[in-house]
Amino acid sequence: MDRPADQPRVAEHAPPQGFLRTHVFSLDHKVIGKQYLDLALVAVCTGMLLSWLMRVHLAWPEAPIPGLGKLAPTGAAGGVITPEYYLSLMTMHGTIMVFFVLTTAPFAGFGNYFLPIQVGAEDMAFPRINMTSFWVTLVAFLVLISAFFVGDGPPLSGWTAYAPLSAVGKDAGPGQAVGQTLWAVSITLFCVAQLLGALNFITTTLDLRTKGMSLARMPYSTWAWFITSVIGLIAFAVLMPACILLILDRVAGTSFFIPAGLVISDRLQPHAGGSPLLWQHLFWFFGHPEVYIAILPGFGIISHILPVFARKPLLGPRVMIGCLVAIAFLSYTVWGHHMFLSGMNPFSATLFSVPTLIITIPATIVTLLWIGTIYGAKLRFTTPALFCLGFVSVFVSGGISGFFLAQPSIDVYLHGTYFVVAHFHFVMGVAAMFGIFAGTYFWAPKMFGRMMNETLGKWHFWLTFIGVYCVFMPMHYLGLAGNIRRYSAFTDDYLKPLIPLHRFITIAALFTGAAQLIFLYNLIRSRLVGPKAPDNPWQATTLEWSTTSPPPFDNFAGHPPVVSRGPDEYGGTGPAGDYVMQASAP
Amino acid sequence: MRAYHISVLAVAVVGMTALGVRGVPPAPPAGGTISGKVTYTGTPPKMKPIDMAKEPFCARLHAGAPVMTENAVTGPGNALRWVLVYVSAGDRGSAPATQPVRLDQKGCQYIPHVLVLQPDQPLEIYNDDSTSHNIHPLAKVNPEWNKSQPIGAPPIQTKWEKPELIPVKCNVHPWMHGWHAVIATSHYAVSGEDGAFSLQGLPPGKYTVTAWHEQFGTQSEDVTITGNETKAVNFVFKATPY
Amino acid sequence: MGKLFAVVVAIITVVSTAIFLTHTWWLPVDISAHGHAIDHQLSETMVSSGVLFVLSQLALALFVWRFGDRKDGRPIKTFPGGVTPMVVLAAVLVGAEILALTFVGAKVWAGVYQTPPDPNALQIDVQAEQFAFYFRYAGADGKFGATHPELINEASENYFGLDPAHDTTARDDIVVPSLVIPVNRPILLMLRAKDVNHAFYVPELRIQQDFVPGLVIPLHFTATQTGKHEIVCTQLCGLGHYNMRAYVEVMPEEQFEQWLKDKASQQ
Repeated sequence: MDRPADQPRVAEHAPPQGFLRTHVFSLDHKVIGKQYLDLALVAVCTGMLLSWLMRVHLAWPEAPIPGLGKLAPTGAAGGVITPEYYLSLMTMHGTIMVFFVLTTAPFAGFGNYFLPIQVGAEDMAFPRINMTSFWVTLVAFLVLISAFFVGDGPPLSGWTAYAPLSAVGKDAGPGQAVGQTLWAVSITLFCVAQLLGALNFITTTLDLRTKGMSLARMPYSTWAWFITSVIGLIAFAVLMPACILLILDRVAGTSFFIPAGLVISDRLQPHAGGSPLLWQHLFWFFGHPEVYIAILPGFGIISHILPVFARKPLLGPRVMIGCLVAIAFLSYTVWGHHMFLSGMNPFSATLFSVPTLIITIPATIVTLLWIGTIYGAKLRFTTPALFCLGFVSVFVSGGISGFFLAQPSIDVYLHGTYFVVAHFHFVMGVAAMFGIFAGTYFWAPKMFGRMMNETLGKWHFWLTFIGVYCVFMPMHYLGLAGNIRRYSAFTDDYLKPLIPLHRFITIAALFTGAAQLIFLYNLIRSRLVGPKAPDNPWQATTLEWSTTSPPPFDNFAGHPPVVSRGPDEYGGTGPAGDYVMQASAP
Repeated sequence: MRAYHISVLAVAVVGMTALGVRGVPPAPPAGGTISGKVTYTGTPPKMKPIDMAKEPFCARLHAGAPVMTENAVTGPGNALRWVLVYVSAGDRGSAPATQPVRLDQKGCQYIPHVLVLQPDQPLEIYNDDSTSHNIHPLAKVNPEWNKSQPIGAPPIQTKWEKPELIPVKCNVHPWMHGWHAVIATSHYAVSGEDGAFSLQGLPPGKYTVTAWHEQFGTQSEDVTITGNETKAVNFVFKATPY
Repeated sequence: MGKLFAVVVAIITVVSTAIFLTHTWWLPVDISAHGHAIDHQLSETMVSSGVLFVLSQLALALFVWRFGDRKDGRPIKTFPGGVTPMVVLAAVLVGAEILALTFVGAKVWAGVYQTPPDPNALQIDVQAEQFAFYFRYAGADGKFGATHPELINEASENYFGLDPAHDTTARDDIVVPSLVIPVNRPILLMLRAKDVNHAFYVPELRIQQDFVPGLVIPLHFTATQTGKHEIVCTQLCGLGHYNMRAYVEVMPEEQFEQWLKDKASQQ
């Protein structure tokens, strides 16, 4: 390999030999990125299947679900989901989606694949650590899934695992024995993997940029992954010890989160001195930044893709980066807004409310930058472009409800209701998923060397876009009417009139879920037999489009690019059309 | 052809076995009888009406006459109900019980309050209410379990392997309490409203008869049976109000 | 495709806003002294954020309609005035809205959660457990008996772990599974949890508060209308969470006193 002497060098490793080292235990960031994405795909299918079961149960609680009785003879004897199994499904759905989909796909998956290429590096800074983080993530996933197969079934204390319900063991209910321990072990492992990953991302961004790739020239997606890894480094470093303390409470008889005098299942618990609120503080100190870990890569991906199809530079690039940094910083000052009614000192509510509301300023500006970018553009309606536009719409819808929940005076009424479910599904579930879809349609040609089918992609977009609004918009109405969340059935008198709306949501969810089969089919089919992709099918400018589809082992075949331009020079005149590649000669 | 014969034979055998079990009524017990009455002295706790407001379905069922607490059920003449009386020593091998016993959850109560069964005897648990129930036997010797039984779910089929007095609670309805008394003998009875009990069909021998009440504890008497006689044994428990 | 997107976004915006505006599904009647302030804050937020929602969605729809698949051959245009005025305007507008909401909202919150209870408030002890609420009135002596977790026994209905054998103040304590309160009299609830986290939520009272094991949390309010409403648990507490409820019955003062007497005679 010949290259200029001043090029940054990664810890060198030769192209791998043999199937195992090429495709399984690979040190190549591209293979690892795809492994993360494949894991997220398996996880999202699992998570969505669980949500289907929950939705069907909520709409028709007494109806046996065919075949489920055999799969879960304890949790759903005769196919009728028990209340505890519903909560288990909910816990597993939340945990799988938040950790193994929304963190794994947009951050670890796409980030791993494209961050090194976008900065012109050959690989991540620490390829072995990179491989380790994927395999630890996989083990974490398997440990979590194994909770389905232990005696009492999966844990039921929600993805937030509030102590002491999560800390006292089997007396607290089915699944709170081995299942809950597996949960805590899984999340601990996941934190280890994410910490390793974040270190790798930060080092790669800071040290391995190619010649001319100044921070100001970095693509927005790279910026977003970089900022996300900084958030992750702090957030997961808090969750990991919290989970270890939880494990100690459960298996070693400590009392970090368990106070004295608790009587659970007629037994006086042998603990004293702990604080349930301590868990909530530690969890949400991670949990709120986690929301941004899920959504900031989406911001980056949209800011990266939208200019490509608007054929126009992003409006206010420096403002965008500034907003991302501001959001990341503020994300550490707001965790208490999850705890307005938790028994925390009510005086601190205002303290947490103000920064929460302040976050809406950068969030609004970011949205306006996207909308302003569309103004005067020459929009091309490819599938990734549609998902970008859809992202803006669902992000607005999800962000708006934050105005309500950020205020303790309104949270008093809405906190325990479906309004919150609507809020976080729109803003971190659906919006982040739209970012993932946009990224998948956009980068699939680069990753697999084959184009995805546009017709199927557009069907997928329209059904999903309308579907998610049918599923999640009505949840706001449920919340206003006082419909409690985390209920496995609505037996309260005042909730009964809301059941028809729940049935509507369930039907919409089944259709929207089924529409994802189009995506799955399109993805698998394109990956195997799709038409060969050119190197730069979208006429985009960033470095990943300067190399072949898919890129060679070291990304640039021994000729690292030299960068002399910004990431989104569209709309002018260049040698190949209305754009100039980052790697073009100055 | 041969397979056909075998299967016909099998059907016939199974059919006859079934008839043998179900068709013939159990023979009247031969042997001695121990009978008597369980009473208390002192002041037992008041039986309190259970307010089931939390579960509107059950509250409606008992709108006229509220269900009373069952931890100390008393009757006229200081009779004490729900006392388990059984042969705790001297039983020379009761046959293993194969008939399933049935526990009902009806009107947010366990029926019966004290359910007696033998190790490995099939236990069937039914939810007769239009609401979900939860069954949580707080077993220590046997494996503890905790399961819900929603409306529309099939009966729970289970059994207990080892002798134990197991308190059972419904996690959803805190007032629902009962007992599964797993004892290794077929000679047992539970005192009725009048406190009376009767153990029948005892072959000649020396026995220890034990009476157990969930709040007032255990008492035992030694009894010798020599033939087809009836021996009277009475138990008196000392009750406290709190 | 751009026009289709614009139309779909516009329809979604109009339909969902209309359902909010017509109150097709809305808050139940408010029966608390402080509730109107919360409802007012909610309506204010609904209006200001609703305007933001509609404007953003319609701007998105409009621009996508106008600048999609452009074949007019004209070059791209930047946003009028560039990014600075837009950012400043957004920061000022949203900032002003935040300030307004915070100043009013903080007062509303403080009025409910940061003020001491009325000294003459009727104090009621509440114990939340898997999966029911129990309420304790002090009885004739006006004193609550001490609680001893090790004495809790549900089979004998000793839900609070009282020790009537030794503690005379506990003997007349009235324990019931429904919250019965007089109308227009300040109520002070002392929230205790027996086992795990729970929450006290009555939509009609516009009040919600978690129970935390190990803490006794005061919560006060005044009901202004008689009637019977549900108290529900909103904090995930285990398998019976969905069925954890009780009723609050608001009565005229005389009727309440009579009820209290009847209950006292049953102890």
